[in-house]
Amino acid sequence: MEKTMLCYLIPSLIMFCCGVYGFITRKNMIAILISLELMLNSVDINFVVFNRFLFPGSMEGMFFTLFAIAIAAAETALAIAIIINVFRSVKNVDVEEVSKMKF
Amino acid sequence: MESTMPVLILAIPLFTFLLLGLLGKFMQRGMAGVIGTSAMGITLVLSYITAFTYFFSGNPLFISAGGDRLQAVIFNTVWLQFTPDQIDAAGQIVKHGLAIKLGFLLDSISAMMLVVITTISFMVHLYSNGYMRDHHGVCEKGFQRFFAYLSLFSFSMLGLVVATNIFQMYIFWELVGASSYLLIGFYYTKPSAVSASKKAFIVTRFADLGFLIGILILSYYTGTFNFTELTSVPVEGLNDVYAVSAGTAEHIRSIFADSKAPLFMGASVMTWALVLIFMGGMGKSAMMPLHIWLPDAMEGPTPVSALIHAATMVVAGVYLVARLFPLFLMQTSALDIVTVVGAVTALYAAMVACAQIDIKRVLAFSTISQIAFMMVSLGVTRIAHTDALGHEVHEGLGYMASMFHLFTHAMFKALLFLGAGALIHAIGSNDYTAMHGLRKYMPVTHWTFLIGCLAIAGIIPFAGFFSKDEILTACFGHSTVWAIWMTLVAGLTAFYMFRLYFLIFWWKEHKVHGEHVPHDQPWTMTLPLIILAAISCVAGFVPFGNLVTWNGHPITGAGFFTNLDNLNWNVAVISLCVAIIGILVAMKMYRKENPLPEKMRSALPRLWDWCHHRFYWDELYMFITHKIIFDRVCKPIAWFDRHVIDGTMDSFATMTNRLSVAIKGLQSGRIQNYVWVYLLGALVLAVVTMLCVL
Repeated sequence: MEKTMLCYLIPSLIMFCCGVYGFITRKNMIAILISLELMLNSVDINFVVFNRFLFPGSMEGMFFTLFAIAIAAAETALAIAIIINVFRSVKNVDVEEVSKMKF
Repeated sequence: MESTMPVLILAIPLFTFLLLGLLGKFMQRGMAGVIGTSAMGITLVLSYITAFTYFFSGNPLFISAGGDRLQAVIFNTVWLQFTPDQIDAAGQIVKHGLAIKLGFLLDSISAMMLVVITTISFMVHLYSNGYMRDHHGVCEKGFQRFFAYLSLFSFSMLGLVVATNIFQMYIFWELVGASSYLLIGFYYTKPSAVSASKKAFIVTRFADLGFLIGILILSYYTGTFNFTELTSVPVEGLNDVYAVSAGTAEHIRSIFADSKAPLFMGASVMTWALVLIFMGGMGKSAMMPLHIWLPDAMEGPTPVSALIHAATMVVAGVYLVARLFPLFLMQTSALDIVTVVGAVTALYAAMVACAQIDIKRVLAFSTISQIAFMMVSLGVTRIAHTDALGHEVHEGLGYMASMFHLFTHAMFKALLFLGAGALIHAIGSNDYTAMHGLRKYMPVTHWTFLIGCLAIAGIIPFAGFFSKDEILTACFGHSTVWAIWMTLVAGLTAFYMFRLYFLIFWWKEHKVHGEHVPHDQPWTMTLPLIILAAISCVAGFVPFGNLVTWNGHPITGAGFFTNLDNLNWNVAVISLCVAIIGILVAMKMYRKENPLPEKMRSALPRLWDWCHHRFYWDELYMFITHKIIFDRVCKPIAWFDRHVIDGTMDSFATMTNRLSVAIKGLQSGRIQNYVWVYLLGALVLAVVTMLCVL
């Protein structure tokens, strides 16, 4: 089977849709965070794929991917820290229950 | 004359006010009294020197070669320049721009007023050193403040009388009003004093509105604020006494005399201007119907009543008319209004004074009545003419008589008030029923009060006799009706003053309550009484006809005791008889305790009620202000303001508020909802784009 872009892009699209679905439907904040990571990673795959197939001579896509992974790691650490602190104060990680700072 | 002394006359009281007002609380209370009194003493000496120089120095600035007294502007500086002067190429001023000046105008009436104000003010300062202490000699709270206000008042009043232009007069006019307000409300913890001060302020301010409009009309048509220009108008048959450019005088004269001014509601605009200016004078001088503040003003400390509400400030209205007298003389209808207002007020106040219980109220109404005498006297003044009996009436006699009465009245009324203050201080009440039979306990107060009563009743040779006689002569010269009217009021004056005298000092033996026996007050309080009593005895012999006349031209020839030459003995005998009848009736009724007053009261209950309640003027004002103005005018306006104007604005706010409440659900704060919306939006956009592309 010939390796075309679609072989990579379709799984990436499925991954992204799973991420969006999870982001919207999950109530657990950890699960929302995981969904977010899923979406980010699917985007990273797209970057790499487009770079590899469309512009084989350049490396920008690769670099951006690495950059995005680094940012995503930092962001995850931050998000986890926030979630932990929220849990400490409200003993819950359900996103519906955290309404203390609302109007 | 150098201008240093006039500047000092104004500057010393002002400086004392600032010193006591700002630093008063850092000094001992007694010290403030000493400073205030000595500063006033210096001002007194300076004023006496100034007045003496004016009247007797023979300086060509002050007296012409023909023996006419002149107006002298000692200094006049620009205070506010509104429009610039027009200057031609050579640097000469072509036309003066509009400016308000402050200056010092010395003429016979202002020199006379300097003497009156500083004399009374000094006496009151001295007296207050005793009065504003309790029986142990401890100064009252606010002692320094009191003296600071007294200085402020003296400054304002002196500035008023020496004003060179009508606007300066207006400024100081308001300043005396403000200091009067402060002093009436001196006991500001007492609700009655507070409301009295408010009443005085509002009533006089209402009158001053008329004054201001009058000033504006007058200065608009004449083009000047200056008294020297306004009052130098030549009147038919008399020479132009005060030398001012002929053009200005001719212009003013053409406006006034030749009826060049436009008409408004059937009268010349200038008549309106003068009547409106007189309205300001009515407010300050407590003429009907603007008199209601003066009796209530007696809530202030008694020395204040003596200084402001008897001797000086309340005669400012008379002074104002006298100051603008040449203008009034050209609009005799305005003078007729002055006469009628004065005559009605004189009778009214005299009747009310007969039925008051509070001794200060009696004196207040007596003041109103006496000021009305001065007004009538001005009002009946005309240029030389012959009266009904064919006698030549001297020109301007009424003007002279009015100023003379102003002078003598200031002295004896201040004496009476200070005497009343001594009684109140000794008894602790304003009510004569608490006094009765005090003559043995307070001999000095008794004798000086008696002299004051004799002076106001017009008994020869006390001061009031001469001035009142000249007023009545002037009235007889103008109209017999008013003359008889005023003679009756003079009789009534004698009656109510001696009613007061007998009820305080006779009637029955004094009942001493407790250990406190009433006695004469310390020397600071008795000395002013004695001095003022002495002045009241001799003030009648001051040759006013030589000194103070409307055009500076002496009324009679040489001779010091001109008042005796000037007396019209027919009138004098009549007024003396009327006064003695008044006194005898009062003596019969009140000397010993008897049922006669009670009988008379029950015989005429209606009359007594009306007099006692001051003809219900206050109730009428209450009705007009509360029932008509507040209920019928102010309440609808308030409703409109609250519901229509505020309502519009409020409804904007309410609508915004409601709208935001309605849509605040959109801001759920739930990130997942936002993502939903975002996703749907993105899908819609994608679909739309694809449709467009395809």
